[in-house]
Amino acid sequence: MAAGSSMLPAAAMRPPRERSSSWPLVDRLCYGLCWATGIGLCLIATAIVIFMLVKGIAYLRPSLFVSSPAPSLHQSQSGGFSDPIIGTLIVTAIGTVIAAPLGVAIATWLSEFARPAWLARAVESAIEMLAGVPSIVLAIFGLLILSQGFLSFLSQGAAQGSLGESFFDAGIVMSLLALPLVVGSTREALGQLPDRLREASYALGKTRSTTSRHVLLPAVRPGIASGIVLGMGRIIGDTAIVTILLGSTLKNEPVGHVPLLGTLRGTGSTLTSYVYNNSPAGEGNAHEKAYAAAFVLLMIVLALNATVTHLVNRGQAPRERRRLFLPGRLMGGSR
Amino acid sequence: MRRMPVLQRGRAGAATDRRAELTLGLLAGVVLVLIAAMVVTVLVKAWPSFSYNGLSWFGSGGDVDTQLRVMRESTPLPGHGLLYFRAWPLIWGTLLTTIIAVGLGLVVSTFAAIFITEFAPGWLRRTLDPVIRLLAAVPSVIYGLIGILALAPWINEHLISNSRKQSVIYVVQLNGTDLATATLILMVMILPIMVAISANALAAVPASWREGSAALGVNRWRTIWRVSLRTAWPAIAAATVLATARALGEAVMLAMVSGSRGFAANPLDGLTFLFEPVRPLAASILQESEGLTIGPLAHTIYAMGAVLLVSATMLSLAGWAAKQPLKRYGIRA
Amino acid sequence: MDPLMPPPIRRIALDVEPHVAPARPTPIANGSAAPVAAHAKLRRPAAQTTERMHIDSVSLAYGENWVVRDVTLPVRQGEVLALIGASGSGKTTLLRSLNRLTEITAGAARTGRITLDGRDIYELEVNDLRRRVSMVFQQPNPFPMSIYDNVAYALAEQAPPRGRRRRRTPELEQAAETALRRAGLFDEVAGDLSRSALRLSGGQQQRLCIARALAASPEVLLLDEPCSALDPISTATIEELIVDLRESVAIVIVTHNLQQAFRVADHVAFMHLGELVEYGSSEQVFNHPDRQRTRDYISGAFG
Repeated sequence: MAAGSSMLPAAAMRPPRERSSSWPLVDRLCYGLCWATGIGLCLIATAIVIFMLVKGIAYLRPSLFVSSPAPSLHQSQSGGFSDPIIGTLIVTAIGTVIAAPLGVAIATWLSEFARPAWLARAVESAIEMLAGVPSIVLAIFGLLILSQGFLSFLSQGAAQGSLGESFFDAGIVMSLLALPLVVGSTREALGQLPDRLREASYALGKTRSTTSRHVLLPAVRPGIASGIVLGMGRIIGDTAIVTILLGSTLKNEPVGHVPLLGTLRGTGSTLTSYVYNNSPAGEGNAHEKAYAAAFVLLMIVLALNATVTHLVNRGQAPRERRRLFLPGRLMGGSR
Repeated sequence: MRRMPVLQRGRAGAATDRRAELTLGLLAGVVLVLIAAMVVTVLVKAWPSFSYNGLSWFGSGGDVDTQLRVMRESTPLPGHGLLYFRAWPLIWGTLLTTIIAVGLGLVVSTFAAIFITEFAPGWLRRTLDPVIRLLAAVPSVIYGLIGILALAPWINEHLISNSRKQSVIYVVQLNGTDLATATLILMVMILPIMVAISANALAAVPASWREGSAALGVNRWRTIWRVSLRTAWPAIAAATVLATARALGEAVMLAMVSGSRGFAANPLDGLTFLFEPVRPLAASILQESEGLTIGPLAHTIYAMGAVLLVSATMLSLAGWAAKQPLKRYGIRA
Repeated sequence: MDPLMPPPIRRIALDVEPHVAPARPTPIANGSAAPVAAHAKLRRPAAQTTERMHIDSVSLAYGENWVVRDVTLPVRQGEVLALIGASGSGKTTLLRSLNRLTEITAGAARTGRITLDGRDIYELEVNDLRRRVSMVFQQPNPFPMSIYDNVAYALAEQAPPRGRRRRRTPELEQAAETALRRAGLFDEVAGDLSRSALRLSGGQQQRLCIARALAASPEVLLLDEPCSALDPISTATIEELIVDLRESVAIVIVTHNLQQAFRVADHVAFMHLGELVEYGSSEQVFNHPDRQRTRDYISGAFG
């Protein structure tokens, strides 16, 4: 019994989805909880953004960007945060400049060379451990090393050894924060490259180093870039290292008279320490400025976040984009 | 480690490769040495504090804040040296905040991950992706700012009654910066990691099992509970370990929000317990950071750092162990 | 002709009428009796049949494509109904619509009516329906649990009686044992039911899936090419099982293996490009097909 030409009725019924109303009570409760957490997360995120938006717009003035912090009796009226913004830029720059090449080098070594095997395993474990160490511990360790006398060229001399607090010092320790992210990102990207790329290059008689430099690394540029941007995000958002290794001067105080070097050897502040110091937890207690600076900080971080997402999406095939969250691609982890 | 193809190279090529291998290997070795040095130096600097106090370093005895002040001002308490320190209130605070935040976070993140993979309509699932990323990206100082300027005052006004404040006024002041506020915000901070890893793991459960369970007449929730969660629990365990490491190391937010007293919150106080201030180890280090140049105080602070370092290392190991079963299903986490 | 092989069904299409072998294989004098007896057993008609489900002018679509067009079929307990046809003929989709598994895919639409014991299946609660109409899939998919937990799974997840839900009650254990016996697996695994189900061989896993499907005492059992991933010995075991089960459960099997359909089925429905081309008893369809297309398919002209 075959149908002839099929003029099937247009009104085909879509079958109903499984209704949770027929489930037992416990199951329905859990279903409701699932919805509650999902919606709750959206609400929390929205609340944070709106709250910071409202407060930020209320207290943000253009003059804040260009004036230096100035101590005065009426903290909420005086000075801006131009120095902290510059401070953030400097620290991020130093940290990234150290972490990026170092991270790519280590990742390449781990992925392409990895001999002797015990060393490779040890380095891998060390990097993973580094990713888990709290930034405050990194900070006190850094202080310990950097306050040795022979390193006073990085900051300034002090009673015992050197002061150990400067942009250089903070930047160096910050690079340790960003290092695992760069290494992880680059390694993952290198691991996703098909072996035939390498085989083709070796078959042409190229050495491993040449292959890495001219074939592999250019191919994983988006991965490296996203790792670097992730690292930058972590550096920008960190407060603990800044508090301990940058001195807590309101303005950026250079050391000596050499223009750039002096600033880098000097103390200062970043947006994060500025927010911390102006909050009730710090000395300032000028929460209007804290809100304004926090708003600027948040915008910077969100912009970076969007860049990472864009970079990662661009680097992946369209099928990969369906994956929910690319592991390790979450920004943050700043402490 | 990938198996390396055997290369036939000319002598010049071999030399370049060897040079490159040496350079890169040395760099990697330097980082390894650095990290080992970190562990060693922190432990060495911390040793005097441990050797003076022995195992009672971890015990309780007296007020932590007084002991720290004593070190700062170099006026030793009668009968004790300058290094006298009993860290229990700080350790207790760390344990409380970490365990409660991770525990709550585990429950919430599991439900959220199930929601994302199973129940959320497409548009909501696509919205939750940037939401989770946003929550992960917010710096901890901003969480702390919102906590201390918005959440803590609200809790102070609406949840802590005057009578409750009076009941403990001789011991400690309740003002909204306390265990409850700190734990809530900490939970929000660690949620993104856990949700992301759990959701990926749940989505990787083979469709044949979910379909088989549906075909047997088991409703969607029960399918997730009995089949998907059971398969994905190694990933959830690994995510929990990661989240614990994060919670343990959080210094800034907790310094702003958990109350600045090294006070051991007392569960026997009933509900008031939630509103008592605590000060976890990492936050204590941050708040005492000016004292890093003073001898005894420095040793004590480095001792706290050593405890954190050792805990973080052990968690790292635990995380590695928890991830091993994952390879069975090819889940990258 | 090799006495151990079933009669050849497929032939290369020639200009002449294809000669299709007779229904019963002629017993060979010096051949062993066993194969003939096996065939005889497989082809013994059931005593009586009751109609369990009725598919009534059903058409199914995914999005814009109509995958099944206007099919009407009865499903009876006491017999095996085989759906045969080339890839894309809609037989699997039709099978999955019988327990509403097509709903899982977004964009599925249907017309027509499918009834189970007289009631439209879309009026029943879906999980209730799926316990009465169970399904076994092409790839064995035992859950990552013990053998016992697998078999007792569906029963354990039903609404529990008052009190805590326990996984090893005497009723559940009894039901699990019955199901394993019906699936012919009990003797092989009785020693240790708490072994992981993933440790079983392919054939055992598929029988475990059948046991799992039988545990809730379904009225209809749907089999989606259950033997295509298995070796010949496991296949033979499962085919025997199917024939044994048909008296207590209505069975619908989708298969692309014509010999298997011949061995196992009582009624055959041949589908092509979503339409039901021919339906009848297996003797009639294989030996005297009405339609040319059926003849072509059976003789191997396409497929």
